[in-house]
Amino acid sequence: MIYMDNAATTKTAPEVVEAMLPYFTENYGNASTIYSLGSASKKAINESRRTIADILGAKPEEIYFTAGGSEADNWALKATAEAYRGKGKHIITSRIEHHAILHTCKYLEKQGFEVTYLDVDQDGLVKLEELKAAIRPDTILISIMFANNEIGTIEPIAEIGAIAKEHDILFHTDAVQAFGQIPINVDELHIDMLSASGHKFNGPKGTGFLYIRTGVKIASFIHGGAQERNRRAGTENVPGIVGLGAAAARAAKTMNERMEKETKVRDHLIGRIEAEIPYCRLNGHRTKRLPGNVNFSFLFIEGESMLIMLDMKGICGSSGSACTSGSLDPSHVLLAIGLKHEEAHGSLRLSLSEENTIEEADTVVEELKKIVARLRDMSPLYEDFVKKGK
Amino acid sequence: MYSEKVMDHFQNPRNVGEIENASGVGTVGNAKCGDIMRMFLDIDENGVIREAKFKTFGCGAAVATSSMATELVKGKTIQEALEVTNKAVMEALDGLPPVKVHCSLLAEEAIHAALWDYAEKNGIVIEGLKKPKADINEEEPKEVY
Repeated sequence: MIYMDNAATTKTAPEVVEAMLPYFTENYGNASTIYSLGSASKKAINESRRTIADILGAKPEEIYFTAGGSEADNWALKATAEAYRGKGKHIITSRIEHHAILHTCKYLEKQGFEVTYLDVDQDGLVKLEELKAAIRPDTILISIMFANNEIGTIEPIAEIGAIAKEHDILFHTDAVQAFGQIPINVDELHIDMLSASGHKFNGPKGTGFLYIRTGVKIASFIHGGAQERNRRAGTENVPGIVGLGAAAARAAKTMNERMEKETKVRDHLIGRIEAEIPYCRLNGHRTKRLPGNVNFSFLFIEGESMLIMLDMKGICGSSGSACTSGSLDPSHVLLAIGLKHEEAHGSLRLSLSEENTIEEADTVVEELKKIVARLRDMSPLYEDFVKKGK
Repeated sequence: MYSEKVMDHFQNPRNVGEIENASGVGTVGNAKCGDIMRMFLDIDENGVIREAKFKTFGCGAAVATSSMATELVKGKTIQEALEVTNKAVMEALDGLPPVKVHCSLLAEEAIHAALWDYAEKNGIVIEGLKKPKADINEEEPKEVY
């Protein structure tokens, strides 16, 4: 099998599983208890918190564990809206956010908040001038993703952070695709809140965290206990938190090496696909791009068909076609960067890990060439295109 | 997610291609929704479908329903072909996931579109055949936040 869907999820690293195991078995204590069994859990949680804080250049007490990226996004937006509604009711985000942000914004609009959805350019970059123009006296929050999950474009986070700071507006970033993959320092980038998810960097599923800068006065999202400094009730998922910490430590330690490896395979894939498959388009920014992200649209064909055929060859990828989203519309991200519906339907995302090799990339390209040709043979759109050309 | 029959018809689609100077050609669907089917029919002087071929832009289910639809109408009279409904196509494929039912509707409509074209070309009226819709589009599911 060739697994190139690491933006969907990653394999839990063996050392992460190893680190977690004792917290299922001998160290099963509730971290809120006073006996030593509980203290061992408490200590492990604090270690994870410190590890993650160090990676971000944050303080341990600014890291709040959640059950994943979606919870962190929901919490950041809903709790900020609630806490700062006295100051204003305007939120700025972008059109290409993950649904955990977009659907939460839609929900907040129903609660009386106003949301500006910034357009992006053809590469998926937020336009800073438009951001500045969108700021109002009652703007309380800017939420822009660190890097896009579909097209891999890395947003100008430092500039956005500076603009937010200058206007005294809170800045949240959904860093689910970026944390553990590329360097992030919350102070240098003026980030007030940051969401991350464990299973995107070889940690366990159902784990994540929200970084909340000291001084940001957002309230609890889940009530019922004093855990996470009264801000997130519920007995801690100790094995999960330990796994999250271990995965973060591993990601930080191996980051440079992984970035280099993945970038090499990524650029090899991009180069060969562009050279050898006609009528394709690279989606996302060519250089301001996650090391592991490749996203192409192949004209005249549909993504799900491509995915099934790739799967038959043991290759795992994903697509922004409507058929894979469960609705009739293709990916909102691909439409936002200006693709036509049929171009968006024909998209393929390959997202790499450090385990993917050049040889695997070559296999994928060879199979892809055959699959694209075969589907085009079957496509009435291609037939029309060829006949028009004659 | 797909039945073995659907996978078989997707992997080894029957009757892919075009028929030159076909008796009837029908194209339904639109690229916006991600499914376009074009069906070619060769109909003899007795009104029997000698050959059926298709080209489809779409997902696995779209390809499989097109393939099955061509299989089902081959050798049938026009009247019999009209009875090849989306249900018949779905049953022949051992079912489709709920989100893919529209593909079978599109296949039925593609047959009708090709027959309509045949009728127009020959200046005849096919009893029971209504002017096909260019597109089958279920109502978009309303999003709940």
